[in-house]
Amino acid sequence: MLSINDLSFSYKSSTPLIQNLDLNVKAGGIYGLLGLNGAGKSTLLNIISGMLFPKKGTCSLHGNLTKTRSIETLRELYILPEQFDLPKITGDTYTNIHSPLYPRFDRKVMNEILKVFEVDPSKQLNSQSFGQRKKFLIAFSIATNSSLLLFDEPTNGLDIPSKSQFRRIVASLELQNRAILISTHQVRDLGSMIDHMIVLKDGKIVFNRSMDEIEMKLAFQTIDQDSPKNYLYGEETLGGIQAILPSYEEKSQEGIDLELLFNSIILKTEKMNDHFNGVSS
Amino acid sequence: MHFSENKPIYLQITDYFYDQILTKKWGDGDNIPSVREVAVLMEVNPNTALRAFHELQNNGIVSNKRGVGYFVTADAYDKVLDLKKKEFFDIKLPSLFKYMKLLHISMEELEALYYSDSD
Repeated sequence: MLSINDLSFSYKSSTPLIQNLDLNVKAGGIYGLLGLNGAGKSTLLNIISGMLFPKKGTCSLHGNLTKTRSIETLRELYILPEQFDLPKITGDTYTNIHSPLYPRFDRKVMNEILKVFEVDPSKQLNSQSFGQRKKFLIAFSIATNSSLLLFDEPTNGLDIPSKSQFRRIVASLELQNRAILISTHQVRDLGSMIDHMIVLKDGKIVFNRSMDEIEMKLAFQTIDQDSPKNYLYGEETLGGIQAILPSYEEKSQEGIDLELLFNSIILKTEKMNDHFNGVSS
Repeated sequence: MHFSENKPIYLQITDYFYDQILTKKWGDGDNIPSVREVAVLMEVNPNTALRAFHELQNNGIVSNKRGVGYFVTADAYDKVLDLKKKEFFDIKLPSLFKYMKLLHISMEELEALYYSDSD
């Protein structure tokens, strides 16, 4: 559905932020886009949505280049930025103005989500708190029924019950014909929602695997300090070493520690990928 | 919903099903929530919920009636009992014994505690 080929991008004269990046996103998945601060996650989402143009390479949705900003493309994607301004109008007016772009816009879904979030659409948008405005846009984004939803840190600014409600709303979505790409640092908020983990580092996608594959090929265990076990990555903690070990079993008995996995990919990029690619070290 | 990192999420969902069945909240033959309802309830990816259902189906705990939904199988209670007993003896008990050894707790000590409590 989304296809990015050999993409490079740089802001004015600086060194390229994104370099020869390739990425394919298929319908049916919820993808977590992770990366350190400044890695270019938001920039990538802005390129995908057509707000920024690639310096080199292509980014296309359903075969159409997103930089052309054709109506066919714009109505099939929705980006929820981390920061945004909303005009001095009511939520209902905003919906009346913006929803006609989206042919499958579902007002009923929008109202249901607003009700769950306790956001009143008859109120002025810019007089409400950041969290309330964000929830309004989350409701709008899901009601568009666009095939690609881009969420940039969607849980930032949401209160504790709203985060839980957000997960429930995402869990209830029919994903057959759509994909969600979520850029986040909050793996504790969203770890249970994603089925693919994508890591952006040094301008490239250095890791892109399904959680099923991760669960099958890695074992997350706490091992003794003096244990001779050969681990791929480890962090010392009070109770021993939190380690990622190679696994070759069909069925894993442990869960995935996403924070540990993320650190391992950032610090031992090659070693982790070699294991997944079956290269023995 | 809070999940432990010590177990895959889909297995924590199957554990929830087993608890419902063992505590007789869900009886044999009962209609149970759909994959999507479980995903929403647990706040997980729908594919994770589906995987839990597959695991339960493979273990003969639930069955799918096309167009109607999922049901607890006729002998689910007995099967869950066997499954959980096996898990208790294979996994939980050895680690308990290991800890008892570390703390020098004898079987007699435990027995005394158990019988005095139940009287």
